[in-house]
Amino acid sequence: MVNIQTQASNQDSLQAVDMMLNLGPQHPSTHGVFRLVLWLDGERIVRAEPHIGYLHRGSEKLCEREDYTQIITLFDRLDYVANLNGELAFCMAAEKLMGLEVPDRAWYVRSILCELNRIASHMLFYGVYGLDTGAMTPILYGFRERERIVLLFEAVTGARMMHNFIRVGGVKQDLPEDFVQRVNKLTDELKRGIEECDQLLTNSELFLARTKGVGSIDGPTARDYGCTGPVLRASGVKEDVRVSEPYGIYDRFEFGIPVGSNGDCWDRYYIRVEEMRQSLSIIEQAVKQMEPGPIQAKVRRIARPPKGEAYVRTESPRGDFAVFLVSDGGDKPYRVKVRAPSFANLQSITHMLRDAYIADAVVILGSIDIILGEVDR
Amino acid sequence: MLGNLKGLLLTLKVMRREPVTAQYPDPSKRLPIDKRFMGFPALLWDNSNDEPFCTGCMVCVRACPTQCMSAEMKDNPKFADGTSRRRKIIEKFEINLSRCILCGICVDVCNFDAIEMSHEHELSKFERNGARAALPQLLAMGKKYQAETTWQPKQPEKNLGKPPEKPATAPQPEKVGGVVTS
Repeated sequence: MVNIQTQASNQDSLQAVDMMLNLGPQHPSTHGVFRLVLWLDGERIVRAEPHIGYLHRGSEKLCEREDYTQIITLFDRLDYVANLNGELAFCMAAEKLMGLEVPDRAWYVRSILCELNRIASHMLFYGVYGLDTGAMTPILYGFRERERIVLLFEAVTGARMMHNFIRVGGVKQDLPEDFVQRVNKLTDELKRGIEECDQLLTNSELFLARTKGVGSIDGPTARDYGCTGPVLRASGVKEDVRVSEPYGIYDRFEFGIPVGSNGDCWDRYYIRVEEMRQSLSIIEQAVKQMEPGPIQAKVRRIARPPKGEAYVRTESPRGDFAVFLVSDGGDKPYRVKVRAPSFANLQSITHMLRDAYIADAVVILGSIDIILGEVDR
Repeated sequence: MLGNLKGLLLTLKVMRREPVTAQYPDPSKRLPIDKRFMGFPALLWDNSNDEPFCTGCMVCVRACPTQCMSAEMKDNPKFADGTSRRRKIIEKFEINLSRCILCGICVDVCNFDAIEMSHEHELSKFERNGARAALPQLLAMGKKYQAETTWQPKQPEKNLGKPPEKPATAPQPEKVGGVVTS
């Protein structure tokens, strides 16, 4: 306070001070409770500082006092728009530690559901990104498509969001009898829906003006920040855990990895639209290849993995979702560390926001597609 | 011009359509509930013997990730009469429904087919602690669920409480008389 007065009274040293602006934690465009501190020079952002921790629930610590079946419910709540992908990562880590051989059919069920969850998550992104750029209609279309997937989830797992369906060594239940018929109908509907969404927003002139060339980040820088998933691929790096380190049965499917070139907001958006098409093709192949069989490996009722540690990487809709699991041989893990893709991707925002306009801040933040449940854990 | 007409045609089409939304509590407009839908857990009723399946073994209470349940068991008076195979039976059971996360772990761990995720899902209550469902309410939820669905116990031979039929117990008086028949 005293400094400012002396500065103002001293005419020679009078200079403009950067304005500090708080974006969030209650701002609706921050996709949760996320605080972004911006230092502005006029309309330009000089510096940006993300503040996280408003949704911290201590999930990693909670994992240390819950047994393996209960932890799956916690992983549901990390990335809360792609629940099954989170469950899968934890179950894979426990399986790796126990050396379990998961039956084929269980893997097909998991893959189909996880890819559907990827589409549901990207559909949510599509709708919300429309809102971020100032368009109201996309969210209605995005949610309509997502609703179809969520209804199928309810028929399979019994819940729309918090499924608790994937188990250590398999899945909870076999698919309902009419599943193949329903999923075929769903893929047809989604194909049409994705094209409709694509036509609605992708090449809209206003949308292009808001996103093309905004918030660019080049491949090596994105790598340095630890970005994965669509954010990294938009910058031209062809990196997908499903292909580079195939887990489960992903080596049996043929699918492309969409890669961008500019690393701007539009590329990050369009890669997700393209990924939805690829996921649909994976689902179609999986439904064709799937055969009846057991859905659960033999696991004792209370799982007790042997002493040791396991690190498992999976490709969640947001990128490389990895779990590091340390067991001391008991029925509860000694330590669980989650490598959340949103957390790493979010760091790159300091780079993307430098010298951007304040009006683009929300567009850039939205293009990273953060989920605060996963960032703060 | 053509585009405008096309747009107008769509508007007219939609205008004549029945509304898809409905006033919420209207029972005739309720959306169908899926067979596997997981609502609040409910305790099931053993119709063969007219008592609950639950013996109050507390396995679900211990397995619950949110500790939303509590249970107490008692000696089954029907077992003393010889009209039930259940040695113990549930005395008190409470589930805090607003604390329950609907994960279904309690159903997975139950050895007695006693608990099931019902189709109940509405949580609005008139009292502040109205979401704390006690035994009568949980059993009522279970009975409703059993009436609406084709639920059957997974292990009927083990878990039904009805004692074996008379012929099996008939030879007993002979034993009392000390006559050993080979």
